[in-house]
Amino acid sequence: MNAPQSSKKHIIAALVENKPGVLNRVVSLFRRRNFNVDSLTVGRTHKAHISRVTMVIDGARLNPRQMAANLYKLVNVVDVKVISEGLHVERDLALVKVRTDDVESYNTVAELCERYPARIIDMGPEVAIVEITARTELVEEFIEKLKPVGIIEIVRTGVIAMGRGKRIQDTEYEPQVFENGQTATVERFSV
Amino acid sequence: MQLTGAEILLECLIREGVEVMFGYPGGAILPTYDAMAKYPQLKHVLVRHEQGASHMADGYARASGRVGVCIATSGPGATNLVTGLATAMMDSVGIVAITGQVARGSIGTDAFQETDVTGVTLPVTKHNYLVMSAAEIPYVVHEAFYIAKSGRPGPVLIDVPKDVQTEKAEFNVENYPPRLKLPGYQVPKGASDEELQAAVELIRQAKKPIILAGHGIMMSGAVQELRELSEVSGIPVTLTLLGKGAMPESHPLCLGMMGMHGHAACNNAIQDADLIIALGMRFDDRVTGNLKTYAPHSKKIHVEIDASEINKNVKVDVGINGDLRTVLGQLLPMAPHKSHAEWMNQIRDWQEDSSEREILNHYSGEGLLGAQVINDLWRCTDGNAITVSDVGQHQMLEAQYYPHQRPQTMLTSGGLGTMGFGFPAAIGAKFAKPDEEVWAVVGDGGFQMTLAELATARQENVDVKIAILNNSFLGMVRQWQEFFYDERYQSTPMVNPDFCKLAEAYSIPSMRVTRRDEIEEAVAYARSIKGPVLIEFVILAEEIVYPMVPAGNDLNNMIRRPKPGENQS
Repeated sequence: MNAPQSSKKHIIAALVENKPGVLNRVVSLFRRRNFNVDSLTVGRTHKAHISRVTMVIDGARLNPRQMAANLYKLVNVVDVKVISEGLHVERDLALVKVRTDDVESYNTVAELCERYPARIIDMGPEVAIVEITARTELVEEFIEKLKPVGIIEIVRTGVIAMGRGKRIQDTEYEPQVFENGQTATVERFSV
Repeated sequence: MQLTGAEILLECLIREGVEVMFGYPGGAILPTYDAMAKYPQLKHVLVRHEQGASHMADGYARASGRVGVCIATSGPGATNLVTGLATAMMDSVGIVAITGQVARGSIGTDAFQETDVTGVTLPVTKHNYLVMSAAEIPYVVHEAFYIAKSGRPGPVLIDVPKDVQTEKAEFNVENYPPRLKLPGYQVPKGASDEELQAAVELIRQAKKPIILAGHGIMMSGAVQELRELSEVSGIPVTLTLLGKGAMPESHPLCLGMMGMHGHAACNNAIQDADLIIALGMRFDDRVTGNLKTYAPHSKKIHVEIDASEINKNVKVDVGINGDLRTVLGQLLPMAPHKSHAEWMNQIRDWQEDSSEREILNHYSGEGLLGAQVINDLWRCTDGNAITVSDVGQHQMLEAQYYPHQRPQTMLTSGGLGTMGFGFPAAIGAKFAKPDEEVWAVVGDGGFQMTLAELATARQENVDVKIAILNNSFLGMVRQWQEFFYDERYQSTPMVNPDFCKLAEAYSIPSMRVTRRDEIEEAVAYARSIKGPVLIEFVILAEEIVYPMVPAGNDLNNMIRRPKPGENQS
């Protein structure tokens, strides 16, 4: 997470079939090929049988095309794009629990929330939960600013990203339906 | 028609063209074994260890170009297949492995003989499946066979819970095969015009070109195309270990094997070349030596079906992701007509130097050499047998002294280097090619890893000949210890059983050879019997496989055998 600024980050997005074990295949591939994963997020798309995996890979020594080719070898991976090669937007979300047991702390947090795309989403007797959604660099800057106040707990989603403009990453494919009417896609989220 | 999962599985195998499968029964696969009685057209070969089954399926696939099938029970049965799957994965061999699994409701409970087999085999299979209903079986089996043999072939495993094997589902023969839905699986086809133009331009400019031909030539069926390209453009061909058979080794433009124990002329030519044309090979460390100094003066063209292999180890100027036969077919009409007399003369000089060092040309010692055994075996079998080697010195000697003329006649574990592969793979090869002469060429070390399959060979009366090159040492390890570990032979001397008595215990005829003049008779004896025969060749422990590129050395920085009269360095 705290890799030096000089290292080269690649953002790769993969559309995968929503079948059991697919995430395991993706993660196993990275470990096997000695690719260093900074963050990895996965979630459903608007199509129930397709999930989207976004990976940030620390790759000063790695060729992102090489990684994409390896990913594409997985049978359940439908499409791979190196998002960071083109214009794109990216977002990282963090929830930060901070100490707000005195007025000064609370004021500092409130003030930071004005200056950053952040807001207080839960106010307890002595602590508050702050949410920030922004580019990774901005999220990290914000966290640095909160440190003097007193961070108690932190959780981050990892980066999600999307190419800008009309370029889309999608697939036309429809899921396999067996002879008994069952489909290969499982009901629940199952990567 | 309502059938059980086990019956559907076997019906599908038959429709995929399976004639023989190699396996071992057990609790979780019993419903499938029980159903076999209804399908006598599907032959089952009972092995003595599941590793043997996986290597037999592998040998069957390599010799025939078809998909080999092995079958085992859950847990230990399945984990015993792993070495064979990894072997097939590294050498791109299409096999389908079927394993039983505990019943669906017991998965994840550490039930008796339960192992997460899809998890265990994930890194050593091209793809794998856990089948969760009998209705899925036809789709899974058809996909598995398609994935195993298409593109860059590889092993596919199907894990079937016991209650899925007994569950009933509708199966209609006329609906088989089902339509494939593999949105994430595309098989590359041909090259673009730009790629072809770029490749042709490099060939046109080259003065010292060389083709590096690998296993892919045979898998895509491009043997004829390779030969034509070589002849039309006057380009010499060197082979990887698994590429042996891609071009007849008697062909004047075929230089034989490259790499760590390849011919010095090939390695010198690669380092001196101004154009490398790599066809269906993956620049393994055993053929490149030090990557930083590899083929430093050359432009490089790489035709490869697996996109992730292009620019992986060696950066190339023209990378073509496609099927070799298609791409070479496109390239041939455009290939410039050339010959490279000066370049060929240079290569002949290197070959001449090797011939002066050749031990068979000057050895007069008492003890038998592995090189003599292989050379004479080649002569006595008219160079026409299918040889299946194990791993070690004898494997490299086979590669050097048994020139092959036809594709799919030299089978060996190249990528994984699996000791114990040779003998069971030879059994598989014989099932694939019953009319061909099959020799397992093995060392005393590797043979002992899978010799339990002697019982399989006897039970099925498999007409496979076993040549054991016995030096009572792990010879290749010994060679490394001699060169790089100050001759400390730690754990390499072996006290072996009497191999001929061992054969006798299995009712297999045998013969022991200790002198060169006995080889011919022994080979003739083996060939006279229809069934398994074991010949033990007692050879010198001190034999060294030359040349040798020490790991990490520049490819042309080889340890050479001294010429007669030269001092041993």
